[in-house]
Amino acid sequence: MAAYDADSSAGGDLAYDPNFVPDSVKTFVVHLYRQIRDKNVYEIHQMYEGSFNRLTDRMFRESPWPTAEAVAPYVDGDHVFCLLYREMWFRHVYARLTPTPKQRVESWDNYCSLFGVVLHGVVNMQLPNQWLWDMVDEFVYQFQSYCQYRAKLKNKTEEELQLLRNFDQAWNVYGVLNYLQALVEKSNIIQILEREKEGLEQFTVDNGYDYQGGSNVLKMLGYYSMIGLLRVHCLLGDYRTGLKYMAPIDLSQQGVYTNVIGSHISTIYHYGFANLMLRRYGDAIREFNKMLLYILKYKQYHQKSPQYDQILKKNEQMYALLAVCLSLCPQQKLVDENVSTQLKEKYNDKMTKMQRYDDEASTVYDELFSYGCPKFITPSAPVLDEPLTNYNQEAYRLQLKMFLFEVKQQQLLAGIRSFLKIYSTITVTKLAQFMDVDEATLRTILMTYKHKMHSTDNDGKIVSNADIDFYVDDDTVHVVEAKPTKRFGDYFLRQILKFEEMISELEKVQLD
Amino acid sequence: MAKEAQQQVSYTVEELVAVNPYNPDILADLENYVNEQVSSQKYSLDANLCLLRLYQCEPERMSPPIVARILIKALMAMPAQDFSLCLFLIPEQVQSEEQFKTLIVLSHYLETARFRLFWDEVAKNCSLLESVPGFQQAIEAYAVHVLSLTYQKVPRAVLAEAINKEGLALDQFLEYHVANSGWAIEKSQGRSQLIVLPPNEFNHPELKKNASDSVSYEHVTRIFPVLS
Repeated sequence: MAAYDADSSAGGDLAYDPNFVPDSVKTFVVHLYRQIRDKNVYEIHQMYEGSFNRLTDRMFRESPWPTAEAVAPYVDGDHVFCLLYREMWFRHVYARLTPTPKQRVESWDNYCSLFGVVLHGVVNMQLPNQWLWDMVDEFVYQFQSYCQYRAKLKNKTEEELQLLRNFDQAWNVYGVLNYLQALVEKSNIIQILEREKEGLEQFTVDNGYDYQGGSNVLKMLGYYSMIGLLRVHCLLGDYRTGLKYMAPIDLSQQGVYTNVIGSHISTIYHYGFANLMLRRYGDAIREFNKMLLYILKYKQYHQKSPQYDQILKKNEQMYALLAVCLSLCPQQKLVDENVSTQLKEKYNDKMTKMQRYDDEASTVYDELFSYGCPKFITPSAPVLDEPLTNYNQEAYRLQLKMFLFEVKQQQLLAGIRSFLKIYSTITVTKLAQFMDVDEATLRTILMTYKHKMHSTDNDGKIVSNADIDFYVDDDTVHVVEAKPTKRFGDYFLRQILKFEEMISELEKVQLD
Repeated sequence: MAKEAQQQVSYTVEELVAVNPYNPDILADLENYVNEQVSSQKYSLDANLCLLRLYQCEPERMSPPIVARILIKALMAMPAQDFSLCLFLIPEQVQSEEQFKTLIVLSHYLETARFRLFWDEVAKNCSLLESVPGFQQAIEAYAVHVLSLTYQKVPRAVLAEAINKEGLALDQFLEYHVANSGWAIEKSQGRSQLIVLPPNEFNHPELKKNASDSVSYEHVTRIFPVLS
């Protein structure tokens, strides 16, 4: 691999010697290597989350860790360990420093080698799920970052442009997508999840780990790659295909995806966003609500975690998106009380404005959408001839434009809703008068309401998202109040299981 | 013999989309498949999205006539949201070309149930739309769908405007649906006809199954250990 520049912008600290390995690092890699060889997943996790971050805070706040070449002698030159170490090395540079263009390319090469090894099926380690999730998450993040980077051509030096020309295969979109898809396929994860439904697999129960002496690496990378594919397709604006990749995972249940908080949040955030763009507001609201409630309850346990900032950021973004969904499709009963309180605190004014559907409303929709949306990318390779422009905002602008167009189409519906709340029956003529439009226009508004409030699910079935509904008999509108639906079935199931749990606990109690 | 070969190609294209979609080599196959969808009145959103993604990655290879055909087929799929799903993948500069602007306007009219304006605009753009067989019928089906969501009984004039039929053509249309789709015709207080649409859960709220209270089989299996 190429030598790292000692005075590169990522170095920062001029005293950084890439080949100097402090004793604490020596101890760290030796221990980590041994734990990986002995498959002590718990120890590996402690070192990965705990020791690595403590050492970073102490010694590598502003400089990279020693290079993989420098630590290799302490780990028998183990090829796979070096790939793993290098992956952590680059992740640290991205997190704490700024990667140089060269480092971006080298990181791509490292992922190709690492995934290549895994795909060949020769890896028999057991790694903590947190680590495996971080790998996929970082892979997609660096891809997104690279697309943003290479779309800003205006102020690039000749050297940087030359690098882009020479390494045009680095982070190419086909490569990224093909690796993710290859991991999904080679791991057989879809079949595993299918077989689990028939009781033939213990995947979720074992949290993806292999207790028969095998490896969880390929399986879990395959599993997390499904979420990675959802994320990449959201970044490209292809929401339907993104959601298709999530079909094997049942999001109404706990699963392996909920066990690592990063994967839980990423899944629900992108799933919710995709549903928002597909106008399936009910589904989006439901999922955002569950996730926000979970974060509210459990975020205190993650305060010390390196992901805490990310968790908070995504939390805020989801509140913004939830505000948007509820303004487009008011649904009081789908939101938990605690989440609702938080939402009102943050966005009460803005939601009132959005539900007015005037020009000011458009500005607020713009603001919240822009805050909550993912960082969209343009996947095509840059055109490196003059004139050089920055086009990194194009993808975002397109998605925003389409979203605001949709909002505008729904602008007529605000007035309807307020009248439907008051009247149980009203003639078309009268309603048209109240809304200050002619009858023909009113009829189109009524039909638009029906069309927009009913979305098509994946099987082509029509599903109603409306809280207030109506039907028209010739020239009279009859309003229907949606009955509050009490989910007795679900309630009983939960109580039965809880009760059973209590009984078995009681049976264990031995009275002296 | 040619038909067999054709069937073989489309089978392979669907497979390709499922198994190897991120591959610029299948671009030509996907383009042929679009033309096949048009001529044989088939439709595959997934294949078309796959093609639009490839165009996204390689904008020099994008073919505007193919994209126009994809968008028209997507319009015909309404009320499904396919049209905007496709637009999400088409860059702004492309969308501002004349024929695409027209299609976007047509979609806008359909989304906001402005059928009169829609059919007027269609009349002005015959050449663009006539090349796709089945267009008229598909939009009529969408119009009927929206009416069925909204009305228990719809005045003849409203129906006429929605499906762009009058006089004899409209009577024939009504006859067909009375015979085959459970429609009925009433007289409304001496004025024109009222068409009674078949009841469904959207225009007859009492028919709405309380689906949210049904429990899926998978969830019930959770308590099997308890019951035994």
